[in-house]
Amino acid sequence: MFPLDIAFWGLAAVGIISALAVVSERDIFRAALFLVVSFLVVAGLFVLLNAEFLAVVQVLVYVGAISVLIIFAIMLTRNSQDGNPFNRFQLPALLLSGLVFAAIAFAVVVTDWNEWGSLGFAVAPGEAAAVDPSNTEVGIRNVFGDTTQVIARLLLQDFVLPMEAASVVLLAAVIGALALVREREGES
Amino acid sequence: MSIELMFNAVNIALLAFSRYVVPQRIAVDPAGAEAEVANAIMTEGAALGETVLSSLLTGHIFAVFIITIAAAEVALGLGIVIAMYRNRSTVDVTQANMMSG
Repeated sequence: MFPLDIAFWGLAAVGIISALAVVSERDIFRAALFLVVSFLVVAGLFVLLNAEFLAVVQVLVYVGAISVLIIFAIMLTRNSQDGNPFNRFQLPALLLSGLVFAAIAFAVVVTDWNEWGSLGFAVAPGEAAAVDPSNTEVGIRNVFGDTTQVIARLLLQDFVLPMEAASVVLLAAVIGALALVREREGES
Repeated sequence: MSIELMFNAVNIALLAFSRYVVPQRIAVDPAGAEAEVANAIMTEGAALGETVLSSLLTGHIFAVFIITIAAAEVALGLGIVIAMYRNRSTVDVTQANMMSG
């Protein structure tokens, strides 16, 4: 329990600081580098939540691909260095987001979350296994010990239609991006 | 870049719900879930993912789709920025008035 707590609070602190740096840094290139740090922190949090497969996906897709794309775009449009321009809607935006945050925090506090512990299951992360575990507890620990297998089964059985739709969306995005940046005939 | 931060926050929330909150089907009928899982453990070759336990990872599936859509959105957004920079030599959104009447 104790090392997990240290890991969580350390990751949370680094994540919040780097995310704040992303939105407040004047130099947009350094903001992109802080964004990479916060992606890595999120991957670490995924590991703490027993989502090893998604942690690897996060590193591959976000750290490997999306951040490289963002840095490429920044380098290609290099002459405009000033990121985060002043915005006269800052104060109303602060008020609105503060209100939304208060509403969400209130809802989170008053909701009955139906956690594992409140129903008598000893399967929370870092919690020791019960002395005489029920079959459900053994099964839950097995599922979270090897999530990749179950995710594959869900994606190709229960969620096969959304998965195919997502692949079509990706194809459309690739074709659209190519059409956007294509050099047209007769244009300089 | 800010929208990537928001996607990441939502993903963390989804995975935390998936890890800590009891799925409806198990909360409503713990005895039925227990029998189903016991049956899967006893049966040779049966997978736990085919039982009620597969609902544990619905949050993970949602996170997978969010990551997919985020990748598509980044490709399109950066394509627009680069096309605009090529035509106008600026990425300042306050000067993006090509479509104003």
